[in-house]
Amino acid sequence: MTAEGATAREWGRSFGLYLHVPFCDVRCGYCDFNTYTSDELGEGATRAQYADSALAEIALAREAVGQRRVDTVFVGGGTPTQLASSELVRMLRGIEDAFGFAPDVEVTTEANPDSVTPASLAELRDGGFTRISFGMQSAVPHVLAMLDRTHDPAGVPQAVRWAREAGFDQVSVDLIYGTPTESVDDWRRTVEDALAMEPDHISAYALIVEQGTAFARKVNRGQVTMPDDDETADKYVLADDLFAQAGLQWYELSNWARDDAARCRHNLGYWYSGDWWGIGPGAHSHVAGERWWNVKHPAAYAQRVSAGASPRMDGERLDDASRRLEDVMLRIRLREGIERSALAGDPEPLIAQGLLEPRGDRVVLTLDGRLLADHVVRELT
Amino acid sequence: MLGPEPGSTPPALLRNFCIIAHIDHGKSTLADRMLQHTGVVDERAMRAQYLDRMDIERERGITIKSQAVRMPFAKSTGDDAGTVYVLNMIDTPGHVDFTYEVSRSLEACEGAILLVDAAQGIEAQTLANLYLALDADLHIIPVLNKIDLPGAQPEKYAEEIAGILGGDPDDVLRVSAKTGEGVENLLNVIVDQVPPPEGDADAPARALIFDSVYDTYRGVVTYVRVVDGSLSHRDRIKMMSTGAVHEMLEVGVISPEPLKESRLRVGEVGYLITGVKEVRQSRVGDTVTSAGKPAAEPLGGYQHPNPMVFSGLYPIDGDDYPTLRDALEKLQLNDAALQFEPESSGALGFGFRIGFLGLLHLEIVRERLEREFNLDLISTAPNVVYRVEMEDGSEVVVTNPSEYPTGGKIAKVYEPIVDATVLAPSEYIGAIMELCQMRRGKLQGMDYLSEDRVEIRYTLPMGEIMFDFFDQLKSRTKGYASLNYEPSGEQPADLVKVDILLQGEIVDAFSAIVHRDSAYSYGVALAGKLKELIPRQQFEVPIQAAIGARIIARETIRAMRKDVLAKCYGGDISRKRKLLEKQKEGKKRMKMVGRVEVPQEAFIAALSTSEPKSS
Repeated sequence: MTAEGATAREWGRSFGLYLHVPFCDVRCGYCDFNTYTSDELGEGATRAQYADSALAEIALAREAVGQRRVDTVFVGGGTPTQLASSELVRMLRGIEDAFGFAPDVEVTTEANPDSVTPASLAELRDGGFTRISFGMQSAVPHVLAMLDRTHDPAGVPQAVRWAREAGFDQVSVDLIYGTPTESVDDWRRTVEDALAMEPDHISAYALIVEQGTAFARKVNRGQVTMPDDDETADKYVLADDLFAQAGLQWYELSNWARDDAARCRHNLGYWYSGDWWGIGPGAHSHVAGERWWNVKHPAAYAQRVSAGASPRMDGERLDDASRRLEDVMLRIRLREGIERSALAGDPEPLIAQGLLEPRGDRVVLTLDGRLLADHVVRELT
Repeated sequence: MLGPEPGSTPPALLRNFCIIAHIDHGKSTLADRMLQHTGVVDERAMRAQYLDRMDIERERGITIKSQAVRMPFAKSTGDDAGTVYVLNMIDTPGHVDFTYEVSRSLEACEGAILLVDAAQGIEAQTLANLYLALDADLHIIPVLNKIDLPGAQPEKYAEEIAGILGGDPDDVLRVSAKTGEGVENLLNVIVDQVPPPEGDADAPARALIFDSVYDTYRGVVTYVRVVDGSLSHRDRIKMMSTGAVHEMLEVGVISPEPLKESRLRVGEVGYLITGVKEVRQSRVGDTVTSAGKPAAEPLGGYQHPNPMVFSGLYPIDGDDYPTLRDALEKLQLNDAALQFEPESSGALGFGFRIGFLGLLHLEIVRERLEREFNLDLISTAPNVVYRVEMEDGSEVVVTNPSEYPTGGKIAKVYEPIVDATVLAPSEYIGAIMELCQMRRGKLQGMDYLSEDRVEIRYTLPMGEIMFDFFDQLKSRTKGYASLNYEPSGEQPADLVKVDILLQGEIVDAFSAIVHRDSAYSYGVALAGKLKELIPRQQFEVPIQAAIGARIIARETIRAMRKDVLAKCYGGDISRKRKLLEKQKEGKKRMKMVGRVEVPQEAFIAALSTSEPKSS
């Protein structure tokens, strides 16, 4: 058994908590996450009442899971920083009080660069947050406008600086490429501006048109045209190259880190099929071979948990075939790759095509292979 | 009302007639009204459009198979008022593909009602059938229907009909089959004008088969018109085209349900059942005689139905091949014109090459296979039959383009042609001529039916009307044009086979025989269409169109570079796994052409009857 295999097993035993904050100031046209602006919420589901609802589900989770130390916490959204830092910290305390934290616990929050201040960041850091991820998306105003992002690009380096000053050792930025009207040079500028902030970690995602969003309607109506896949592939290759030159290595298809310690351990838990409990409306959980997801609307959610009832909407128990498929689908995304013994399909033709490279008893995606990962998964399962 | 006894009705009291009409001009409604008026079907038992039995017929508003109904009718006018006559109404198919069946139905009659929609005027197919009726010496009773419609123009169209028939516009009857207005008068006119049948009652029996229908419970039911002598239920009968002898199990008339009788006499119309199981053993146009006392000569005009159009039919799921074979065998029980033989295609797997009378016949068969037998099918582009003379004197009949002889030994190629008639308002003459010219048509003549309606006659290669000719005609004339065509032999033509190659391999299902002048645009258009339809692969895929070894068009599907979902976190996993499962399922439905995965949809779209447009 290799060291990586042991890592995979170890990760598979980790326990994470995801805390969803379903609020945004503005609904971005491309976003299909479960989030709401203040006008869209009903009784019992205001920002001020949210922490109490979340704490109620934390209590339910503790009852269901029993005594189990939490390795990672990830607060995502929505826009977590739409809540006061004191509220985020109050929820974190609730998690710690219920479960207890591992000594090296990783606690991440997502943040919108224009909804933080030096004081709010200091409060988060002092309250136990160890990692922060800023939604930068692009450095180019017309691209941000296409994404309905309202922040001033100049505000991002400032927010990163404040986070450093507040004592955050781990700072990440999120980028989006392949937005309509974005040129290759626009993207290069975004990558260079992001690297200039010297983040420990970068996530870069090709824009996905999610059906049902305002953005998808624009695409379907022909009001905006998605860029050619080849150009988007070029942007990925460009980013991977620039990141590597700056010392950031890929460890997952869309994630780059300065070193192993800078990887997002919470997300590694997803890819290694660890256990996690998702708190909040619409949050997904995966514990003991079962997946489930909560009711989506904050008001319905609040009503359930305040009455002591489970907010679970639906779920599935994975059979062996589904689990094996997921395992390949998720682990092939990682730089560690996956053991040949876990594959149903023959990797040799993909190696010959230059999409996979052998490494010991494992196979790992090449740069071309990363761009064709879904094809590779279909061949290997 | 009790009419004269079937089997002993004197010919003088018999009137055998049919109705010639275009789709939607109200033939079935008029037939219903006559059945009601004569009391054969009462109001309650009336199923709308009684004579059209099959679902598809009803939906398409057309009659595929004819039937004959016996109606007793008490004359209400004239010197013979009160006399009860027997009217045999023989239903005729109304479409161009079934001309031969129409002609046999007409042969069974002495008169025909020419039924024309008073808001639309006569249509090309009706005119063609009218000419057939005149050829058969039938007495024609012109009738305008739908006179109750606000848009009716009875004066205009009466004049048009009178112009065609050479009579007086005032002689054109006017009815509303919907309200029943004029129907009784029409029945009286039929008795007055249609001649009674003539035949030799004492001669050896001769009966014309004008329809033959397979019935699940009774086997083949054969519809006949007795021309000479009589047929009794005790007879053994003989089919004169084959000499086959069958036991007669039953004879009778339809009124409107089958009524068993002891015999059918000279001039009468009815059915017989012999226990044969396939309509091919009891063919339309054949003569039935008594095996014991056979006639010396059959009635004239029998033709063996020859398929004019061929298409390959393949099950989308290869496992359905036996089901498709069984289904075709079942359809053949009831369709003597349907011919098929197994064939295999490198691209589509195992299927059948099927011969049809025409495009409608093809569509009907395909639809019945899909609907009644729950089959998902791909059909290759329909093609006509080419006759190729080789330099060594041998001859090859090509029913599948991929079997077109290759190499330089071809001496001459012959393609089938049709005589086509288009009726349309005169303002569209230019548009129609442009279309026919484009399809290599030769103008044969043009006549004005009325001030603003023309009949345009063209000779066209049959292959040129296979692809959306009718749709084009309709769209260029805002739907006003009607078309009729009939095979009229063959002509030598400069034809070539265009092949489509994917990664250098010929895809047999896409091969087509086209005129040399349009080969280039055909190749460019199809290659372009396939480029849009075939998804990008892991490698570059050249698409080529070629005549023999000569490449005439080329497109390239670039290699796919990106196939990955960027984000995959906790909430995405179930959804993404399901998407992958679906994609893997979709992969099973891909056809492999060499290394290239071609989705079924690409075959269906590329082979659809809409013609690739050259740009």
